[in-house]
Amino acid sequence: MECTNKKLSGKELRGLVSHEMKLTPGQKPKRSPEQQPKRIFRHEPGRISSQELKQSSKDNLKWPLARKLKSFKRSPSSMVLFLMVMSSALIVIGILLFLVGYILIKGLPNIRTELFQREYTTKNVSLMPALANTILMTLISLLIAAPVGVFSAIYLVEYAKKDNRLVGVIRITAETLSGIPSIVYGLFGLLFFVTALGWGMSILAGGFTLAIMILPLIMRTSEEALRAVPDSYREGSYGLGAGKLRTVFRIVLPSAVPGILAGIILAVGRIVGESAALIYTAGTVAEIPKGSDFLFDSARTLSVHMYALASEGLYVDESYATAVILLLVVISINRLSGYLAKKLAKA
Amino acid sequence: MTKIKTAKNTVKKSIMKHKEPIMKAIFFTAACTSILAVALICMFLFVNGIPAIAKIGVSDFLLGTSWKPNNTPPFFGILPMILGSICVTAGAVLVGMPVGVLTAVFMASYCPQKIYRILKPAMNLLAGIPSIVYGFFGLMVIVPFIRDVFGGTGNSMLAASILLGMMILPTVTGVCESAIRAVPRAYYEGALALGASHERSIFSVVLPAAKSGVMAAIVLGTGRAIGETMAVIMVAGNQARMPAGLLKGVRTLTANIIIEMGYAAELHREALIATGVVLFAFILAINLLLSLVKRRAA
Repeated sequence: MECTNKKLSGKELRGLVSHEMKLTPGQKPKRSPEQQPKRIFRHEPGRISSQELKQSSKDNLKWPLARKLKSFKRSPSSMVLFLMVMSSALIVIGILLFLVGYILIKGLPNIRTELFQREYTTKNVSLMPALANTILMTLISLLIAAPVGVFSAIYLVEYAKKDNRLVGVIRITAETLSGIPSIVYGLFGLLFFVTALGWGMSILAGGFTLAIMILPLIMRTSEEALRAVPDSYREGSYGLGAGKLRTVFRIVLPSAVPGILAGIILAVGRIVGESAALIYTAGTVAEIPKGSDFLFDSARTLSVHMYALASEGLYVDESYATAVILLLVVISINRLSGYLAKKLAKA
Repeated sequence: MTKIKTAKNTVKKSIMKHKEPIMKAIFFTAACTSILAVALICMFLFVNGIPAIAKIGVSDFLLGTSWKPNNTPPFFGILPMILGSICVTAGAVLVGMPVGVLTAVFMASYCPQKIYRILKPAMNLLAGIPSIVYGFFGLMVIVPFIRDVFGGTGNSMLAASILLGMMILPTVTGVCESAIRAVPRAYYEGALALGASHERSIFSVVLPAAKSGVMAAIVLGTGRAIGETMAVIMVAGNQARMPAGLLKGVRTLTANIIIEMGYAAELHREALIATGVVLFAFILAINLLLSLVKRRAA
């Protein structure tokens, strides 16, 4: 927010919009260290500044709720809204804690060493083959989707002209793809990869199906990451005599890597959690595929494994244990993605 | 030997020379993959599904009230599933929307930074939990709860709605929050300056200004709910009959496909693919609505 009106640019206004205002060097006020309202404003978007707040900011930090309650005397309807907001926030936090806590408490005691034996039998209900298949499936899907997704993002950001009609079409189709539910992908995979191409229910068919499914996600996150690279990088590279391709691969891509990785990790999360798209494309065989044409073997991933266990109803304990493993994988993937995104934001 | 070497070198040189246009072509092809994918999906679904609809008859298929694929003659009416999907989705939106929007308000304008730093990743986690885990949770917690409190088997429309409502929460909250944050701060400050309380400023000035974003969030949540499969089949009961009440079982379009695809053959199989076509049509309509809402927001 630029401040142009000289009459208003006194202390009051500075207090009001200090977090946004850009002061010209001559106007720069001298602030003592304890007189720094900036932090308060930025950290508490809810409490907007006023003269009163500035003076008693310390009190308010101590007793925000008390001030809040005092203000409700004037407007009781506000209190209802306030309570509604707070209670729904509590509901959401409660749901999350209950969901994760319930699965962990019920599942952790059921994690036994038998679950990690190499071969699956109906006796040990080992999840090891499913875990290995999940990793294999993730690798195959990423191998297909990551280059395509990143390359198409490069085309959209670096090459396509703004008035290019095709770009609009690509965007619309990518958006459509991201809205299609996984069961429709599964149906398509069954019709196209499994039946029409004759691959049968196989890891490859499942991998391709999932690759199409995660493509829009990778495209979007890579595009955002590439767009976040400042133009001055590109100009500097051109200025030093580098060509377009060299600029893209040596300058733009390396600086966008954390963002792209964050997107790819999100995609891994989706692959790990996917089950509806895989049941009729990759099948439900609980074995690690072997042999030279292992790509054409059927294999169940961890989610499909869990569906098989839970829907049979015989292996409730093992289902809990599998749910814990799935949850832990998802949580760690989430943390990793968040960490990378933060890294990008810092850079 | 030298000839081959020079030939190789010339090829290499010419590739290096034309590196830029070649790579540009590769990037372009990659960008067109999504178009190809959508075209293929449409083509394969429609080519395999439309003939079945024609064979069964459009009105018999879409408006037929009984689904008995194993009878002679078989009945392929998917109205029960269409209504089931709509009911469950409506229930999910009713459950998830108010909580989601209010939570978005909390996150955008109440939440202290300390809590926000925990809550935001937690919401992302909620979005990332696999649907099969949600389904299992529903089967183990929500279904018995409904059985104990309201009677019946527990596998019901209500259970599915509550579970789906939970599942669309992160979507609704995320989109809503960014919509609320996109409202210029001056709106809020102006309302405060006129003497409105924090709540009134938000609910009667900021939230209406973010209306199209909130709408987009709801439409997106609807799309998520209608397409959800694994969580629903574990709690909804899946009886292929007209929805009879909140506490009775329902079957959705998605459940119909995944339950019967494993053993279906011939016309039955084609009818299931046609069910997928109907679901796809629903999704396309929702996508269209979403882009309209977004355009209005922009």
